[in-house]
Amino acid sequence: MPFIPHTEQDIRAMLAAIGVASIEELFDEIPRELRGGALAGIPPALNEMEITRLMRGRAERDGTWLSFLGGGAYEHHIPAAVWQIATRGEFYSAYTPYQAEASQGTLQLLYEYQTMMASLTALDVANASLYDGASALAEAVLMAVRAHKSSKRVLMPATVHPVWRRVVRTIVRNQGIELVELPYCTEAGHTLPEALAKLEGAAAAALVVPQPNFFGVLEPVDELTDRAHARGALAVALVNPVALALLKPPGEWGSRGADIAVGEGQPLGVPLASGGPYCGFMACRKELVRQMPGRIVGATVDAEGRRGYTLTLQAREQHIRRSKATSNICTNQGLMVTAATIHMALLGPARLAEVARACHANTLMLASRLAAIRGVTRAFSGAIFHEAVMRLPTPVAPVLQALKAQGILGGLDLKRDYPELGHALLVCATETKNEEDLALYAGHVARIIGRRARPAACALKPQT
Amino acid sequence: MLIFERSRPGRRNSGQMPAAPGAAGAIPERYLRTKPPLLPEASELDVVRHYTGLSHKNYSIDTHFYPLGSCTMKYNPRASNALAMLPQFLARHPAAPDDTGQGFLACLFELQEMLRAMSGMAQVSLAPMAGAQGEFAGVAMIRAYHDSRGDAARREILVPDAAHGTNPASAVMCGYAVREIATDTDGNVDTAALKVAVGPRTAGLMLTNPSTLGVFERHILEIEKAVHAAGGLLYYDGANLNAILGKVKPGDMGFDVIHINLHKTFSTPHGGGGPGAGPVGVNDRLAPFLPLPLVAESKGEYRLLSEADRPLSIGRLGAQLGNAGVLLRAYVYMRMLGAEGMKRVAEFSTLNANYLMAELRKAGFEIAFPLRRASHEFIVTLKRLKEENGVTALDVAKRLLDKGFHAPTTYFPLLVPECLLIEPTETESKQTLDAFVAAMKEILGEARSVPQLLKTAPHATPVRRLDEVRAAREPDLTWKPVNSER
Amino acid sequence: MMIPENLKYTRSHEWVKTEADGTVSVGVTFHAQEQLGDVVFIQNPEVGRQVKRGEECGVIESVKAAADIYAPLSGEVVAANQEVADKPERVNQDPYAAWMFRIKPDRPAELAALLDAAAYQKLAESEKH
Repeated sequence: MPFIPHTEQDIRAMLAAIGVASIEELFDEIPRELRGGALAGIPPALNEMEITRLMRGRAERDGTWLSFLGGGAYEHHIPAAVWQIATRGEFYSAYTPYQAEASQGTLQLLYEYQTMMASLTALDVANASLYDGASALAEAVLMAVRAHKSSKRVLMPATVHPVWRRVVRTIVRNQGIELVELPYCTEAGHTLPEALAKLEGAAAAALVVPQPNFFGVLEPVDELTDRAHARGALAVALVNPVALALLKPPGEWGSRGADIAVGEGQPLGVPLASGGPYCGFMACRKELVRQMPGRIVGATVDAEGRRGYTLTLQAREQHIRRSKATSNICTNQGLMVTAATIHMALLGPARLAEVARACHANTLMLASRLAAIRGVTRAFSGAIFHEAVMRLPTPVAPVLQALKAQGILGGLDLKRDYPELGHALLVCATETKNEEDLALYAGHVARIIGRRARPAACALKPQT
Repeated sequence: MLIFERSRPGRRNSGQMPAAPGAAGAIPERYLRTKPPLLPEASELDVVRHYTGLSHKNYSIDTHFYPLGSCTMKYNPRASNALAMLPQFLARHPAAPDDTGQGFLACLFELQEMLRAMSGMAQVSLAPMAGAQGEFAGVAMIRAYHDSRGDAARREILVPDAAHGTNPASAVMCGYAVREIATDTDGNVDTAALKVAVGPRTAGLMLTNPSTLGVFERHILEIEKAVHAAGGLLYYDGANLNAILGKVKPGDMGFDVIHINLHKTFSTPHGGGGPGAGPVGVNDRLAPFLPLPLVAESKGEYRLLSEADRPLSIGRLGAQLGNAGVLLRAYVYMRMLGAEGMKRVAEFSTLNANYLMAELRKAGFEIAFPLRRASHEFIVTLKRLKEENGVTALDVAKRLLDKGFHAPTTYFPLLVPECLLIEPTETESKQTLDAFVAAMKEILGEARSVPQLLKTAPHATPVRRLDEVRAAREPDLTWKPVNSER
Repeated sequence: MMIPENLKYTRSHEWVKTEADGTVSVGVTFHAQEQLGDVVFIQNPEVGRQVKRGEECGVIESVKAAADIYAPLSGEVVAANQEVADKPERVNQDPYAAWMFRIKPDRPAELAALLDAAAYQKLAESEKH
C-alpha cells in the first residue's frame, strides 16, 4: 500500500480498540446511497520506477530551448545551493509557522526576507508573500482602495502586462472598483505624466506605476508618483526585484516616494517551471501596514528575554477577522520565499547588481544586433532595462515559428494585445545568454526575414 | 544570529556566475539607485551553514508527527519532488508555445481528468494557486452564473458558523454579504436554521463535508434539496476531502462547485506556508465560467484554452497557468496511488483518527462529539481541565512540543471551548499514534500534579513561549543595522 | 465581574457614560477586554463623523481576536482618545477609564434604550456559559 505503514496485525488491533469489525463500518454515518461510487477514470497505480520512467520520457520530449522569452518570467542562473537547502525536509514539509516555538527556522527566514524586500524597495515593511506578481498587483489595488476610503477608481497604465491587467480585473471586479486605462506614448513606449492631467472628473484611489514596464521601457516614475500624490491618489509601484538592484527604489520615487510596491519574486531564485509556483511580493509604508494582506512576521522576545520571531498583526487575516479580513489569502508561497531569501543571501548587493547589469547589457547588445538587420528597428526610443520591443518588417508569428525549428524561442508576439504597434516582438536576454547565443539568434532572424522579404515566387524550400 | 549579522563588507561569491560589465549602460542617471540594498555579504559556506542551521529550528513532517487538524500533514513523497524538478520541466518558460510542452501538458490534462473522476464533477480548472483562491474562483463562478441569468437579487452567501475563515472572506471578495448558519449539538448544520435563511437572496451555501468539527454532515441530502429548491448553488470546500477520497464524490452529494487542496489531499508539501494549489471542479451549468487557462486535448495534442475559447470565463487568477510545479507533484502522487490507493487514503486516515480518538478517550480525554464517528480528524475539548487545573489547550499544545510532537490545531473551530483538533493522517503508523497517546497521558498527569510546567511550556524548543503581545503592540518587522541611517 | 452602577451598556459590550457637557464617552467593558485578552490595537472613528446607533465605528484587536465597536447612540463623534490608541493596554488595565471616543448625541432619548448595570450583568453572565 503506497505510503500506508499498517500491518495486518496493526489493523486488527486498531479495529478492536475502536470496537468495530471492519474499516468499512467507520463510514456508517454516511448515507448509503452516497457511498462507494466507482473510481472509473483513475488509472492503476504505478510504482516509483514506472512513474519515473513516464515522467523522464515526458520531460525529455519537451526538451530544452534557447529562450529569449521574458514578459514577466525570467530565466536566471540559480546557484545550486538555493534549492538544495530549500528542499530540505525541515523547510519543505513544515506547515505555516503558527506554532512559533516549533517554527523559528521558517520565521527567522521570513523576517530576513521581509528585511531584504523592504530594503530593495526602500519601503518600511514587507509581507511574507502573495501568490504571484499579478495577484499581488490585484491585492495592492484592493489595499489602496481600502486605504483611500473615498474613491474606488484606480488608474492602470496600458504599459502594465496585459495578462496582469486581466488578472486584476478578475479579482477586483465584483467589489465595484473601476479600472481606468492610461494611454502610453507610442514613440517613447512609456506612460506620459500629462495623461494624468488630462483625466478630469472623479478622484482616484491609486495610480499603478510599472518599472520597468511591459515593453521593458523605464517609466518617468518620479513625475508619475508626484502627480498621483497631487491628485490625492496612492502610488502603487510594480517592480522587477532584480532591476531594483540597479534602479531607483519605489520608496525614493518623486518627492514622497511610492506608497506600496508589488511585483513578481520569480527572478530571485525561482525556476521558470512552466509558470509556477512563483511568489508575489508586497512592501509598503508603515502607516499602511494594517491594510496589508497576507502573513507578516515580527521580532519579539521569549519568556527568557531571548530574540525570537512570530506571526504578527494577525487580526488583519481571515482566520481571525473572517468576512472583514484584508484578504482571503491563507496559504502563500512560503517555499519560494525560502529559495528567494537564500538566493539573495548568496548573491548579496554587489552580485545582484551585476546580474541586473549583465541582463541590461545583453539585451542592449541583442537589440542592436537585431536593429542592424534590414527592416528591423527598436519600436521605442525610451531607455530600457532587460527587455526590448523590436519592430519587424514581416509578421512576427511565422518568424517565431521558423526560429522554433532552430531550437530557439524568439520572444513574445505583441500582435494580440498591442495591434497598434504593427509587427512587434518583445525580446529578453538575461545574464544566462552569451555572445554566441545572441549572434546565433540575430543570425537566424536575419536569414528568416531576408527569406520572407524576398519575392514569394521561389517554389523550392530554402536551404538552412 | 541573523544572516545580516554574519555579513562582512566586501565578502563575495564569485564562483557562481561570471562578473558583468561594470557600467549601467544606457540607463540615465535619474533612474538609478544611489544606495545599495541591505542584502548580506556572505560566502556560500556562510549561507549554507546559516540556513541549514535555521532548518534545524523547524518541526516538520520529515522530523516530527504533525497531527494538525484540518491541515492534512501527511508524508510528502520524495518521488513527487524529484520528478517535478526534472531539468526540462524547471527550464520551461510559461510563454513557450504549447507544442514545446506536450509532455508537461499531458500531465496536467491527465491530472484534470483524474480530479474530475475522483470528485464526480463535469470539468476541472487547475488555475487557482491555493485553497482560498479556489474558493474565490468558485464563488465568482456562482456569481457569474446568477448574473448571466439576470438574477441580481441573490446577494448572500450562507456559511456555517464552524467554517474556515477563508469562506466568509472569499465571499466578501466576490461582493457578497455573508450569513452564518448555526451548528446543532451533534455537529451537523442546524437544518431548521438553514431553511429559515435560504430564499431568493441566497446565492449559495459553502459547506465543508466532513465538517471542520470532524464529522460527516449527515443531513447533506436534505441541505442539498433546501438550497437548490431556493435557487441557490452548493459549494464544496475540499479541506477535508482526505476523509472521503474514493468513498464519496462531492458531485454525488449534489455540489455544483468544489475546490480541492492539492497540498492536503494530494500530498504536495506545505513548504512552511505554501505554495499550495486549489483546483476547482464544476458541474455542467457552471462549466462555461471556469477560470483560465484550461488544458484541452484533441487527437493526442494538448493545448491551453484562452478567452477566445471560453468567452464566459471569470478570467485569470494569476499571470500564468497556476502553480505548475505543485500540480506535477500531485500528478505523480495520484499516479502512484491509483484508484485503490485513493480509497485506502480515506480508509486509513479514518481508521487512524478513530483509533486515536478511542485511545485518547481511554486515557481520560473528553471528546467533543463522543457519539459520532470521527472522520479523518476529531476534537478533544479541555474545558474541564481548564476549570479544574487552570490548564488551557494552548498549554497542552506547547507541552506537546517538548515531547517531540507538533501540536494539534488549537482554538479552531471556535465553537468548541479549549479544543484540540487532531488529524493523524493515513501515513502514520500505529506505533507513532501510541507514542502520541502516551505523551498525552503524561501531559494529563502533569496538568494535575505540576500545572505550572504546562503553563510555562515549551521548555525544550529553540525558544520559549514568545511575547506575541509585544510583537503586535510594537511591530518590529525588519532588521535594522545598529548604526543605521534609516 | 466589574460592572459600575453609574454607566449604561450595550449588548455588544460597550459602556456609555454621560459627561457633564452632554456628550457621551464610549469604551468597552471589563467583560469585553477579558474575553479579548491583551489589547494590541485600537482604531477610533474620525472626529466629525456622523454615526447612527448600532453602526460600526471602530475596531479593537488583541493578538488572537478582533471586535468591532458599535456606536451606542446616534450623533457626531466629537473626540477620539489618542492616548488609549497609543497605549491600548490601558483598556486592560482600567477599562472604565479608557474611553475610546465621545459622541454628541442627536437623540438623547436613545440613551434610555441602553442596558443598565443589572441587565448587562445578566447578559455577560449568560455569555460565560
